[in-house]
Amino acid sequence: MNRHSILRVVAKLMIPYILLFALYVQFHGDFGPGGGFQAGVIFAAAFILYALIFGIENGRKVMPAWVNRILLAGGVLLYSFVGVAGIFLGSEFLDYNVLGPTPVAGQHYGILLVELGVGLTVSSTMIAIFYVFAGQDI
Amino acid sequence: MNPVDIFIDIFLLLLMAAVAIAIVRSHLMFAVVMLSGIFSLLAAVLYVHLTAVDVAFTEAAVGAGVSTLLFLATLALTHVNVEEKHKPVRMVPLVIVVATGAMLIWGTLDMPHYGDPEAPANKHVAPRYIQDSPKETGLPNMVTSVLASYRGYDTLGEVVVIFTAGAGVLVILGRGRRRWRPGVKDEDGDNAEEERA
Amino acid sequence: METVIGLFNYWIVIVLMMAGFYIVIAQENMIKKMVGLSIFQVAVFVFYISMSNVFGGTAPIAAEGFTLYSNPLPHVLILTAIVVGVATTALGLALIVRIKEEFGTIEDDRIRDMEEHGEESEA
Repeated sequence: MNRHSILRVVAKLMIPYILLFALYVQFHGDFGPGGGFQAGVIFAAAFILYALIFGIENGRKVMPAWVNRILLAGGVLLYSFVGVAGIFLGSEFLDYNVLGPTPVAGQHYGILLVELGVGLTVSSTMIAIFYVFAGQDI
Repeated sequence: MNPVDIFIDIFLLLLMAAVAIAIVRSHLMFAVVMLSGIFSLLAAVLYVHLTAVDVAFTEAAVGAGVSTLLFLATLALTHVNVEEKHKPVRMVPLVIVVATGAMLIWGTLDMPHYGDPEAPANKHVAPRYIQDSPKETGLPNMVTSVLASYRGYDTLGEVVVIFTAGAGVLVILGRGRRRWRPGVKDEDGDNAEEERA
Repeated sequence: METVIGLFNYWIVIVLMMAGFYIVIAQENMIKKMVGLSIFQVAVFVFYISMSNVFGGTAPIAAEGFTLYSNPLPHVLILTAIVVGVATTALGLALIVRIKEEFGTIEDDRIRDMEEHGEESEA
C-alpha cells in the first residue's frame, strides 16, 4: 500500500514522542498536571495511531493480545499488591506511610506504584477496546 | 471577581448549550459524533478556565480523542448514516424534560453562588487537603495526592470498573466468540486459536 | 443581576442535562442515545467542577506565593469518572454492534416491533 505516504512518515516520526510524552505525564504527574489516567490514554493513543495507519494486523504484532491482557490485569493487581503490602508491613490496607523509611518517602513510593498500576490498566483497556472494535469485519 | 473571567465562563457555557441543542436536532449521525467531540473539547477549555487542569487534560485526551474514535468505529461497523425517521418533536418526553428542568432550576435558587469560597462544598475536608497534603505526602499536586493516597480505595474501585468494562468488551466482541454461536460456520476457528495462544 | 451571574452555571448545566435526557428518552437511534448519555455525563462533570472553583483561586498545585486554591476533591472525583465514563461507553457501543448483528437495526422502536410480532431476522 503506497497511499498515505505522508501520513505514514509523519506517524513514524510522531509515535516515539507520543510515547515519551506519555511517560513524562505518568512520572511527572506528582508535580504538575498529569497522572496515571491521562498517561494511560496518551500511551494507548500511540498504539491506536499505529494501528490506524499501518493496519490492525501490524498493530496486533506490536502489541499481541496476550501481552495486552496480562497488562490489563497486571495494573489492577499491582495496585492491590501495594495495598496488601501495607498490611504485611504492619499497617492498614492502602496505607503507604510504612512503605519507606519515613512516612513522606513511603507516600512517594506508594503513589508512584499506584499511579503506574492505574496507567497500565487504563492504557491496555483502551488498546484492547480499540483493537476489538477495529478488528470486527461485518 | 473579575468581569472578564465571568464573561469567558458564560460564553463557553452558552457555546456548550448551543452544541448540545445542535446534537438534539441533527439527524446525520456523522455530524452528531463530530459535534459530541466538539462538545468535549469545549468542556476541556471550560475546565482549564475553572482551574481544573488535571480534569481538562483527561477530558481532552479521553472525551475528545478516544471516545470520538470509538463512536466513529461503531458508525462504521453498523453502517448507520442517518437516523431512520425524521420524527417531529415528541410532546410527552418534551413535557417531562421541561417539567424536570423547571423543578431543578427552582431547586438551584438557594444554592451557594458560583465562586463562593464559603460554599459548603469548599469547607468540609478540602481545607485539610489543601493545607496538609503537600507536607504529608511531599507532592505539590494535591489532585494526585488525594487521588492516589487519601482516596486510594475510591481509585482502586474505579480501576476495577475500567478493568471490568474492558473485559466486558472483550467478551462481547472478542475474536473467539463466533466459535460458540450456533448456526455459524467455524470460519473463524483459526483466529480463535491464535487468540488463545 | 447578582443572582443571575451567581447561578448561571447551574442553569446551563440543567439545560445540558435536559438535552441529554431528551435524547435518551425521545430518540430511537441507539448510537444517538449513547451520545445523549455522554452529554448528560459532561453536564454532571461541569456541575462538579464549577462548584469547586473559588474566585481568585489557582489550580490545586502547591507553589510559592499562592495561598488560595480551588477545591481539589471534585477534581479527583471527576478525573476518575471521565475515564470510567469512556470505558462504560465502549461497553455500550460493543452491545450496540452486537444488536446490529442480531437484529439488523439499531432503532429502538424497530426492535420493539420485531419482538412484539415475533419476527425473526437472520443475523
